[in-house]
Amino acid sequence: MSLAKSPWIIHVNCNSCNGCDIEVVACLTPLYDAERFGVLNIGTPKQADIMVVTGSINYKNVNVLKNIYNQIPDPKVVLAVGACASTGGIFHNCYNVIGGVDQVIPVDAYVPGCCPRPEAILDGVVAALSILENKKKGNIKGKEVKLKGKEVPSNA
Amino acid sequence: MNMNDILLAVLVIFVAPVIGCLYAGIDRKITARLQGRVGPPLLQPYYDVRKLLSKDNLVVNPSQNFYVVVYVAFLILSLLMLVLKADILMIIFVYTVSSIALIVGGMSTGSPYARIGSSREIMAILAYEPILILYALAIYLLTGTFKLSALVNASTPLLMYTPLIFIAMIVVLNIKLKKSPFDYSTSHHGHQELVKGMTTEYSGPGMAGIEIGHFYEYVFLTGLIFVFWAVNPLIGVLISAAAFFLVTLIDNITARVYWQWMLKLSWTLLLAISIVNIAFLYFSGVKIV
Repeated sequence: MSLAKSPWIIHVNCNSCNGCDIEVVACLTPLYDAERFGVLNIGTPKQADIMVVTGSINYKNVNVLKNIYNQIPDPKVVLAVGACASTGGIFHNCYNVIGGVDQVIPVDAYVPGCCPRPEAILDGVVAALSILENKKKGNIKGKEVKLKGKEVPSNA
Repeated sequence: MNMNDILLAVLVIFVAPVIGCLYAGIDRKITARLQGRVGPPLLQPYYDVRKLLSKDNLVVNPSQNFYVVVYVAFLILSLLMLVLKADILMIIFVYTVSSIALIVGGMSTGSPYARIGSSREIMAILAYEPILILYALAIYLLTGTFKLSALVNASTPLLMYTPLIFIAMIVVLNIKLKKSPFDYSTSHHGHQELVKGMTTEYSGPGMAGIEIGHFYEYVFLTGLIFVFWAVNPLIGVLISAAAFFLVTLIDNITARVYWQWMLKLSWTLLLAISIVNIAFLYFSGVKIV
Protein backbone atom coordinates (compact mmCIF):
# COMPACT_ATOMS: atom_id res chain seq x y z
CA MET A 1 0.00 0.00 0.00
CA SER A 2 2.99 2.30 0.13
CA LEU A 3 2.62 3.57 -3.43
CA ALA A 4 -1.10 4.21 -3.32
CA LYS A 5 -0.82 6.59 -0.40
CA SER A 6 1.50 9.09 -2.01
CA PRO A 7 1.12 9.31 -5.78
CA TRP A 8 3.14 12.17 -7.17
CA ILE A 9 2.09 13.26 -10.62
CA ILE A 10 3.93 14.95 -13.42
CA HIS A 11 1.77 16.86 -15.83
CA VAL A 12 2.91 16.81 -19.47
CA ASN A 13 1.21 19.12 -21.92
CA CYS A 14 1.49 17.80 -25.49
CA ASN A 15 0.03 20.67 -27.52
CA SER A 16 -3.17 20.63 -25.51
CA CYS A 17 -5.55 23.54 -25.97
CA ASN A 18 -5.19 24.34 -22.23
CA GLY A 19 -8.74 23.22 -21.48
CA CYS A 20 -7.62 19.97 -19.83
CA ASP A 21 -4.65 21.71 -18.21
CA ILE A 22 -6.96 24.14 -16.46
CA GLU A 23 -9.01 21.20 -15.20
CA VAL A 24 -5.86 19.40 -13.98
CA VAL A 25 -4.86 22.53 -12.08
CA ALA A 26 -8.40 22.81 -10.72
CA CYS A 27 -7.87 19.42 -9.02
CA LEU A 28 -5.24 21.01 -6.81
CA THR A 29 -7.41 23.93 -5.71
CA PRO A 30 -9.16 23.95 -2.32
CA LEU A 31 -12.46 22.85 -3.87
CA TYR A 32 -11.19 19.46 -5.11
CA ASP A 33 -7.97 19.26 -3.03
CA ALA A 34 -6.10 16.36 -4.62
CA GLU A 35 -3.53 16.56 -1.82
CA ARG A 36 -5.93 14.80 0.57
CA PHE A 37 -5.01 11.61 -1.33
CA GLY A 38 -1.33 12.54 -1.02
CA VAL A 39 -1.24 13.72 -4.64
CA LEU A 40 1.47 16.28 -5.34
CA ASN A 41 2.08 17.94 -8.67
CA ILE A 42 5.81 17.42 -8.81
CA GLY A 43 8.02 19.25 -11.30
CA THR A 44 10.60 16.64 -12.11
CA PRO A 45 9.94 13.27 -13.81
CA LYS A 46 12.60 11.63 -11.62
CA GLN A 47 10.34 11.83 -8.58
CA ALA A 48 7.00 11.19 -10.28
CA ASP A 49 4.81 8.07 -10.19
CA ILE A 50 1.91 9.03 -12.42
CA MET A 51 2.37 10.75 -15.76
CA VAL A 52 -0.66 12.84 -16.65
CA VAL A 53 -0.66 13.63 -20.37
CA THR A 54 -3.02 16.12 -21.96
CA GLY A 55 -3.32 16.86 -25.68
CA SER A 56 -2.65 14.85 -28.81
CA ILE A 57 0.79 13.77 -29.95
CA ASN A 58 2.33 15.40 -32.97
CA TYR A 59 5.65 15.05 -34.73
CA LYS A 60 7.18 17.97 -32.85
CA ASN A 61 6.58 16.78 -29.29
CA VAL A 62 6.76 13.00 -29.64
CA ASN A 63 10.42 12.81 -28.65
CA VAL A 64 9.87 15.09 -25.67
CA LEU A 65 7.08 12.82 -24.46
CA LYS A 66 9.21 9.66 -24.88
CA ASN A 67 12.13 11.33 -23.12
CA ILE A 68 10.04 12.32 -20.09
CA TYR A 69 8.47 8.84 -19.98
CA ASN A 70 11.93 7.20 -19.94
CA GLN A 71 13.07 9.39 -17.06
CA ILE A 72 10.31 8.31 -14.65
CA PRO A 73 11.60 5.54 -12.36
CA ASP A 74 9.58 2.30 -12.13
CA PRO A 75 6.89 1.54 -11.10
CA LYS A 76 5.03 4.15 -13.16
CA VAL A 77 1.66 4.59 -14.82
CA VAL A 78 0.49 6.85 -17.62
CA LEU A 79 -2.87 8.59 -17.44
CA ALA A 80 -4.24 10.06 -20.66
CA VAL A 81 -6.51 12.98 -19.77
CA GLY A 82 -9.01 14.29 -22.30
CA ALA A 83 -10.26 13.26 -25.71
CA CYS A 84 -7.11 14.41 -27.51
CA ALA A 85 -4.76 12.41 -25.29
CA SER A 86 -6.99 9.33 -25.51
CA THR A 87 -7.58 9.16 -29.25
CA GLY A 88 -6.37 12.33 -30.89
CA GLY A 89 -9.78 13.93 -30.43
CA ILE A 90 -10.84 16.53 -32.96
CA PHE A 91 -7.28 16.63 -34.28
CA HIS A 92 -7.11 12.90 -35.09
CA ASN A 93 -6.81 13.33 -38.86
CA CYS A 94 -4.56 16.37 -38.93
CA TYR A 95 -1.47 16.14 -41.13
CA ASN A 96 0.87 16.74 -38.18
CA VAL A 97 -0.86 14.62 -35.52
CA ILE A 98 0.17 11.04 -34.72
CA GLY A 99 -2.87 10.40 -32.54
CA GLY A 100 -3.48 9.53 -28.91
CA VAL A 101 -0.76 9.00 -26.33
CA ASP A 102 -1.10 5.20 -26.65
CA GLN A 103 0.38 5.38 -30.17
CA VAL A 104 3.73 6.22 -28.60
CA ILE A 105 3.91 5.05 -24.98
CA PRO A 106 1.85 2.45 -23.08
CA VAL A 107 -1.18 4.08 -21.42
CA ASP A 108 -2.70 2.52 -18.28
CA ALA A 109 -5.83 4.61 -17.78
CA TYR A 110 -7.91 6.97 -19.88
CA VAL A 111 -10.01 9.90 -18.74
CA PRO A 112 -12.30 10.81 -21.66
CA GLY A 113 -14.06 14.12 -22.06
CA CYS A 114 -13.53 17.47 -23.72
CA CYS A 115 -12.59 18.62 -21.31
CA PRO A 116 -13.01 16.12 -18.43
CA ARG A 117 -14.34 17.46 -15.15
CA PRO A 118 -11.91 17.61 -12.20
CA GLU A 119 -13.91 14.85 -10.49
CA ALA A 120 -13.26 12.61 -13.50
CA ILE A 121 -9.54 13.37 -13.43
CA LEU A 122 -9.35 12.59 -9.71
CA ASP A 123 -11.27 9.39 -10.40
CA GLY A 124 -8.70 8.53 -13.08
CA VAL A 125 -5.82 9.15 -10.65
CA VAL A 126 -7.45 6.95 -8.01
CA ALA A 127 -8.02 4.24 -10.66
CA ALA A 128 -4.36 4.50 -11.63
CA LEU A 129 -3.30 3.83 -8.03
CA SER A 130 -4.42 0.18 -8.04
CA ILE A 131 -2.61 -0.32 -11.36
CA LEU A 132 0.48 1.20 -9.76
CA GLU A 133 0.21 -1.23 -6.85
CA ASN A 134 -0.20 -4.19 -9.21
CA LYS A 135 2.85 -3.11 -11.16
CA LYS A 136 4.87 -2.98 -7.95
CA LYS A 137 3.64 -6.41 -6.87
CA GLY A 138 4.25 -8.02 -10.26
CA ASN A 139 7.52 -6.12 -10.64
CA ILE A 140 6.38 -4.89 -14.05
CA LYS A 141 8.86 -2.45 -15.52
CA GLY A 142 8.00 0.09 -18.17
CA LYS A 143 10.01 -0.61 -21.31
CA GLU A 144 12.34 2.09 -22.43
CA VAL A 145 10.83 3.81 -25.45
CA LYS A 146 13.45 4.43 -28.11
CA LEU A 147 13.83 7.97 -29.33
CA LYS A 148 13.89 8.37 -33.09
CA GLY A 149 15.86 11.02 -34.87
CA LYS A 150 13.44 13.11 -36.81
CA GLU A 151 9.85 12.02 -36.68
CA VAL A 152 8.06 12.70 -39.97
CA PRO A 153 4.68 11.60 -41.29
CA SER A 154 4.95 8.34 -43.27
CA ASN A 155 3.23 9.85 -46.29
CA ALA A 156 5.39 12.96 -46.39
CA MET B 1 30.97 9.77 27.59
CA ASN B 2 29.02 7.77 30.11
CA MET B 3 26.23 5.27 29.67
CA ASN B 4 23.54 7.96 29.86
CA ASP B 5 25.02 9.92 26.97
CA ILE B 6 25.14 6.84 24.75
CA LEU B 7 21.52 6.05 25.57
CA LEU B 8 20.58 9.64 24.78
CA ALA B 9 22.45 9.47 21.48
CA VAL B 10 20.63 6.30 20.41
CA LEU B 11 17.34 7.87 21.44
CA VAL B 12 18.07 10.98 19.36
CA ILE B 13 18.98 9.00 16.25
CA PHE B 14 15.72 7.03 16.33
CA VAL B 15 13.26 9.50 17.83
CA ALA B 16 14.32 12.69 16.02
CA PRO B 17 13.10 11.58 12.54
CA VAL B 18 9.75 10.60 14.07
CA ILE B 19 9.37 14.06 15.59
CA GLY B 20 10.60 15.65 12.35
CA CYS B 21 8.09 13.60 10.38
CA LEU B 22 5.27 14.80 12.64
CA TYR B 23 6.52 18.38 12.27
CA ALA B 24 6.41 18.04 8.47
CA GLY B 25 2.94 16.48 8.67
CA ILE B 26 1.62 19.23 10.94
CA ASP B 27 3.20 21.79 8.63
CA ARG B 28 1.35 20.39 5.61
CA LYS B 29 -1.87 20.13 7.59
CA ILE B 30 -1.64 23.74 8.82
CA THR B 31 -0.82 24.90 5.28
CA ALA B 32 -3.86 23.07 3.92
CA ARG B 33 -6.16 24.49 6.60
CA LEU B 34 -4.88 28.03 5.99
CA GLN B 35 -5.77 27.56 2.32
CA GLY B 36 -9.20 26.18 3.18
CA ARG B 37 -8.40 22.60 2.17
CA VAL B 38 -8.78 19.32 4.02
CA GLY B 39 -5.14 18.49 3.54
CA PRO B 40 -3.21 15.22 3.54
CA PRO B 41 -3.17 12.81 6.50
CA LEU B 42 -0.83 13.70 9.36
CA LEU B 43 1.53 10.84 8.46
CA GLN B 44 1.77 11.84 4.78
CA PRO B 45 5.55 12.63 4.96
CA TYR B 46 6.07 9.08 6.29
CA TYR B 47 4.06 7.61 3.40
CA ASP B 48 6.09 9.71 0.97
CA VAL B 49 9.40 8.44 2.34
CA ARG B 50 8.18 4.84 2.31
CA LYS B 51 7.03 5.20 -1.27
CA LEU B 52 10.32 6.79 -2.36
CA LEU B 53 12.25 3.93 -0.77
CA SER B 54 10.26 1.40 -2.81
CA LYS B 55 10.93 3.16 -6.13
CA ASP B 56 13.76 2.51 -8.55
CA ASN B 57 16.95 4.43 -8.03
CA LEU B 58 17.87 6.42 -11.13
CA VAL B 59 21.12 8.32 -10.82
CA VAL B 60 23.00 10.44 -13.31
CA ASN B 61 26.36 9.82 -11.64
CA PRO B 62 27.55 7.29 -9.08
CA SER B 63 28.60 9.78 -6.41
CA GLN B 64 25.26 11.61 -6.28
CA ASN B 65 23.75 9.48 -3.52
CA PHE B 66 26.97 9.56 -1.51
CA TYR B 67 26.45 13.27 -0.91
CA VAL B 68 22.99 12.52 0.48
CA VAL B 69 24.60 10.13 2.97
CA VAL B 70 27.09 12.86 3.97
CA TYR B 71 24.23 15.33 4.32
CA VAL B 72 22.24 13.08 6.65
CA ALA B 73 25.30 11.90 8.60
CA PHE B 74 26.49 15.42 9.39
CA LEU B 75 22.97 16.52 10.29
CA ILE B 76 22.73 13.63 12.77
CA LEU B 77 26.15 14.55 14.12
CA SER B 78 25.22 18.21 14.63
CA LEU B 79 21.95 17.20 16.28
CA LEU B 80 23.82 14.82 18.59
CA MET B 81 26.27 17.54 19.54
CA LEU B 82 23.37 19.87 20.27
CA VAL B 83 21.67 17.32 22.51
CA LEU B 84 24.94 16.48 24.29
CA LYS B 85 25.39 20.25 24.92
CA ALA B 86 28.67 20.55 23.04
CA ASP B 87 30.42 23.60 21.62
CA ILE B 88 27.89 25.80 19.75
CA LEU B 89 30.54 27.09 17.32
CA MET B 90 31.51 23.54 16.41
CA ILE B 91 27.84 22.59 15.97
CA ILE B 92 27.39 25.42 13.47
CA PHE B 93 30.48 24.31 11.52
CA VAL B 94 29.37 20.68 11.40
CA TYR B 95 25.91 21.81 10.35
CA THR B 96 27.41 23.85 7.49
CA VAL B 97 29.18 20.74 6.17
CA SER B 98 25.82 19.05 5.78
CA SER B 99 24.42 22.00 3.83
CA ILE B 100 27.52 22.01 1.62
CA ALA B 101 27.11 18.28 0.92
CA LEU B 102 23.63 18.89 -0.48
CA ILE B 103 24.94 21.75 -2.63
CA VAL B 104 27.82 19.66 -4.02
CA GLY B 105 25.36 16.83 -4.65
CA GLY B 106 23.13 19.18 -6.64
CA MET B 107 26.09 20.56 -8.56
CA SER B 108 27.43 17.07 -9.36
CA THR B 109 24.31 16.08 -11.29
CA GLY B 110 24.99 18.66 -13.98
CA SER B 111 21.35 19.53 -14.52
CA PRO B 112 21.00 23.29 -15.13
CA TYR B 113 18.05 23.45 -12.72
CA ALA B 114 20.03 21.72 -9.99
CA ARG B 115 22.97 24.05 -10.63
CA ILE B 116 20.88 27.18 -10.32
CA GLY B 117 19.26 25.77 -7.19
CA SER B 118 22.66 24.97 -5.70
CA SER B 119 24.11 28.39 -6.40
CA ARG B 120 21.03 29.96 -4.84
CA GLU B 121 21.53 27.76 -1.78
CA ILE B 122 25.08 29.12 -1.54
CA MET B 123 23.54 32.60 -1.47
CA ALA B 124 21.28 31.42 1.35
CA ILE B 125 24.31 30.22 3.31
CA LEU B 126 25.93 33.61 2.74
CA ALA B 127 22.80 35.23 4.11
CA TYR B 128 22.28 33.21 7.29
CA GLU B 129 25.80 32.20 8.34
CA PRO B 130 26.85 35.60 9.83
CA ILE B 131 23.72 35.59 11.99
CA LEU B 132 24.43 32.08 13.26
CA ILE B 133 27.98 33.16 14.18
CA LEU B 134 26.62 36.19 16.05
CA TYR B 135 24.17 33.86 17.82
CA ALA B 136 27.14 31.77 19.00
CA LEU B 137 28.97 34.95 19.98
CA ALA B 138 26.02 36.08 22.10
CA ILE B 139 26.11 32.77 23.96
CA TYR B 140 29.84 33.27 24.54
CA LEU B 141 29.43 36.82 25.82
CA LEU B 142 26.68 35.82 28.22
CA THR B 143 28.23 32.65 29.64
CA GLY B 144 31.97 33.08 29.02
CA THR B 145 32.11 29.82 27.10
CA PHE B 146 30.87 28.39 23.81
CA LYS B 147 29.76 25.23 25.61
CA LEU B 148 25.98 24.89 25.69
CA SER B 149 26.11 23.03 29.00
CA ALA B 150 26.65 26.38 30.74
CA LEU B 151 23.24 27.59 29.51
CA VAL B 152 21.27 24.86 31.23
CA ASN B 153 22.34 26.09 34.67
CA ALA B 154 22.02 29.77 33.79
CA SER B 155 20.22 32.10 36.22
CA THR B 156 18.08 33.72 33.49
CA PRO B 157 17.09 32.43 30.06
CA LEU B 158 19.15 33.48 27.05
CA LEU B 159 16.14 35.15 25.43
CA MET B 160 16.01 37.86 28.11
CA TYR B 161 19.22 39.43 26.80
CA THR B 162 19.04 38.43 23.13
CA PRO B 163 15.55 39.37 21.85
CA LEU B 164 16.92 40.94 18.64
CA ILE B 165 19.02 37.89 17.79
CA PHE B 166 15.92 35.78 18.42
CA ILE B 167 14.04 37.75 15.74
CA ALA B 168 16.96 37.27 13.35
CA MET B 169 17.03 33.54 14.15
CA ILE B 170 13.35 33.20 13.18
CA VAL B 171 14.24 34.50 9.71
CA VAL B 172 17.24 32.13 9.61
CA LEU B 173 14.80 29.32 10.38
CA ASN B 174 12.70 30.48 7.45
CA ILE B 175 15.68 30.52 5.11
CA LYS B 176 17.04 27.18 6.30
CA LEU B 177 13.75 25.29 6.09
CA LYS B 178 13.36 26.66 2.55
CA LYS B 179 10.02 28.20 3.30
CA SER B 180 8.41 30.98 1.35
CA PRO B 181 9.54 33.80 0.81
CA PHE B 182 12.98 32.16 0.65
CA ASP B 183 12.10 28.87 -1.07
CA TYR B 184 14.04 29.42 -4.26
CA SER B 185 16.79 26.78 -4.02
CA THR B 186 14.28 23.95 -3.75
CA SER B 187 10.83 23.82 -2.25
CA HIS B 188 8.50 21.40 -0.59
CA HIS B 189 4.87 20.63 -1.19
CA GLY B 190 3.17 21.53 -4.41
CA HIS B 191 4.94 24.77 -5.20
CA GLN B 192 7.80 24.33 -7.56
CA GLU B 193 10.85 26.38 -8.19
CA LEU B 194 12.89 25.72 -11.34
CA VAL B 195 11.50 22.20 -11.70
CA LYS B 196 12.72 21.09 -8.25
CA GLY B 197 15.85 23.15 -7.72
CA MET B 198 18.77 21.37 -6.05
CA THR B 199 16.97 18.03 -5.82
CA THR B 200 15.84 17.85 -9.47
CA GLU B 201 17.96 14.80 -10.35
CA TYR B 202 17.31 12.77 -7.21
CA SER B 203 14.89 9.88 -7.42
CA GLY B 204 13.64 7.07 -5.21
CA PRO B 205 15.92 6.22 -2.26
CA GLY B 206 18.17 9.24 -2.86
CA MET B 207 15.19 11.58 -2.49
CA ALA B 208 14.01 9.58 0.53
CA GLY B 209 17.42 10.26 2.12
CA ILE B 210 16.98 13.98 1.55
CA GLU B 211 13.49 13.84 3.07
CA ILE B 212 14.81 12.02 6.15
CA GLY B 213 17.56 14.64 6.35
CA HIS B 214 14.85 17.29 6.36
CA PHE B 215 13.20 15.57 9.33
CA TYR B 216 16.46 15.77 11.27
CA GLU B 217 16.87 19.36 10.13
CA TYR B 218 13.43 20.32 11.47
CA VAL B 219 14.40 18.99 14.89
CA PHE B 220 17.88 20.52 14.81
CA LEU B 221 16.68 23.99 13.86
CA THR B 222 13.89 24.04 16.41
CA GLY B 223 16.57 22.84 18.84
CA LEU B 224 18.55 26.01 18.13
CA ILE B 225 15.42 27.98 19.12
CA PHE B 226 15.02 25.78 22.21
CA VAL B 227 18.45 26.96 23.39
CA PHE B 228 16.95 30.42 23.95
CA TRP B 229 15.03 29.08 26.96
CA ALA B 230 17.06 26.02 27.91
CA VAL B 231 16.70 26.68 31.67
CA ASN B 232 13.13 25.41 31.60
CA PRO B 233 12.63 22.64 28.98
CA LEU B 234 8.84 23.04 28.93
CA ILE B 235 8.96 26.75 28.04
CA GLY B 236 11.79 25.99 25.62
CA VAL B 237 9.66 23.46 23.76
CA LEU B 238 6.72 25.87 23.73
CA ILE B 239 8.87 28.65 22.28
CA SER B 240 10.32 26.42 19.58
CA ALA B 241 6.84 25.17 18.70
CA ALA B 242 5.61 28.75 18.48
CA ALA B 243 8.58 29.67 16.26
CA PHE B 244 7.79 26.68 14.05
CA PHE B 245 4.17 27.76 13.71
CA LEU B 246 5.25 31.31 12.90
CA VAL B 247 7.52 30.02 10.13
CA THR B 248 4.63 28.02 8.66
CA LEU B 249 2.41 31.07 8.86
CA ILE B 250 5.00 33.25 7.08
CA ASP B 251 5.35 30.49 4.49
CA ASN B 252 1.67 30.82 3.68
CA ILE B 253 1.21 34.57 3.68
CA THR B 254 4.23 35.60 1.64
CA ALA B 255 5.27 35.19 -1.97
CA ARG B 256 8.70 34.13 -3.17
CA VAL B 257 11.30 36.91 -3.43
CA TYR B 258 14.49 37.37 -5.41
CA TRP B 259 17.62 36.06 -3.72
CA GLN B 260 19.01 39.62 -3.84
CA TRP B 261 16.13 40.69 -1.63
CA MET B 262 17.05 38.06 0.95
CA LEU B 263 20.73 39.11 0.97
CA LYS B 264 19.68 42.73 1.44
CA LEU B 265 17.35 41.81 4.31
CA SER B 266 19.85 39.66 6.15
CA TRP B 267 22.95 41.76 5.59
CA THR B 268 21.34 45.07 6.48
CA LEU B 269 18.41 44.74 8.85
CA LEU B 270 19.06 41.36 10.48
CA LEU B 271 22.81 41.82 10.77
CA ALA B 272 22.30 45.35 12.14
CA ILE B 273 19.87 44.31 14.89
CA SER B 274 22.12 41.34 15.77
CA ILE B 275 25.15 43.60 16.05
CA VAL B 276 23.17 46.07 18.18
CA ASN B 277 22.30 43.17 20.47
CA ILE B 278 25.94 41.99 20.59
CA ALA B 279 27.14 45.55 21.30
CA PHE B 280 24.68 45.81 24.20
CA LEU B 281 25.95 42.52 25.64
CA TYR B 282 29.58 43.56 25.15
CA PHE B 283 29.37 47.01 26.71
CA SER B 284 26.96 46.19 29.52
CA GLY B 285 28.99 43.09 30.43
CA VAL B 286 25.98 41.12 31.68
CA LYS B 287 26.53 37.48 32.57
CA ILE B 288 23.86 34.86 33.13
CA VAL B 289 26.00 32.29 34.91
